[in-house]
Amino acid sequence: MFFDSFSSFIEMGGHGLYVWACYGLAAIIVAVNFISPVLTRKKVIKDIQRQNRREQN
Amino acid sequence: MWTSLKRLYHKMGSPKWFYEISTRWSPWFLLVGSALMLTGVVWGLAFAPADYLQGNSFRIIYIHVPASLLSQSAYIMMAAAGLVGLVWKMKMSFVVAKVIAPIGASLAIMSLLTGAIWGKPTWGTWWVWDARLTSMLILLFLYFGVIAIYNAIENEEMANKAAGILAIVGSINIPIIKYSVEWWNTLHQPATITMTKKPTMAPEMFIPLLLTIIGFYCWFAVWVFARTRNELLWRERRTKWVKNLVINAPTNSGAHQ
Repeated sequence: MFFDSFSSFIEMGGHGLYVWACYGLAAIIVAVNFISPVLTRKKVIKDIQRQNRREQN
Repeated sequence: MWTSLKRLYHKMGSPKWFYEISTRWSPWFLLVGSALMLTGVVWGLAFAPADYLQGNSFRIIYIHVPASLLSQSAYIMMAAAGLVGLVWKMKMSFVVAKVIAPIGASLAIMSLLTGAIWGKPTWGTWWVWDARLTSMLILLFLYFGVIAIYNAIENEEMANKAAGILAIVGSINIPIIKYSVEWWNTLHQPATITMTKKPTMAPEMFIPLLLTIIGFYCWFAVWVFARTRNELLWRERRTKWVKNLVINAPTNSGAHQ
């Protein structure tokens, strides 16, 4: 461990705000990339199921 | 040799084949990518020594460099997929090109934002209109252009062609980004990693960077696979294999397909 305490890890020698802002933003963008196709998939499957049901009736 | 290459080409053009193989590979890419990212980020944030000039702000490198590299690689892949689609009329190829655009755009945004935040404590400014930063912004706009074409043009064939041509023409920007730090005076530091020279960084700083770069590429594969499968399901909705798959699919979770 480079830092000697948890608070110095958070502070990052005065650069904490910049570093954590970057990692936070990156986490949001990564999360969107993971979640968005899962939601799309659900929607696509529902749409196809609805269409198939309509055709059967 | 030739026949097996030809067979592979036809397989790659088969939506069902791509759907199945990418479904099988995705968990592995996810697993390996996540393990590499976790190791790289924890190492980079907590264990790597601080930079003697930049202090701890240099730790931003572990996301800024992978995001920048990948946003450019993704662009090259998108342009190459567009070219294959245009030349050999391979539909699968256009699908991949289409789904890369929003992912690449998100990575370009990540690169620009983390770069701006890194610039503030390092250069004293969020943004300068220098060659590296401007060419990265152009990369983002090229991605937006491709996305806009797909949203604006209803006719699928036309949209594929227009987006493919834009992607190919825009790839001229990639060498400009790469050499911008050499051709022009710029605030941006020169490349951290080069293929030809030994890394100038200390290994305990460099190895975690390598891990996050490879980790990002693995995650990128997962994202491209997932989006491509969604496109394929919809395009192939009339086929038997999709109908069978959709009947068996639980609507609340599609995780174990």
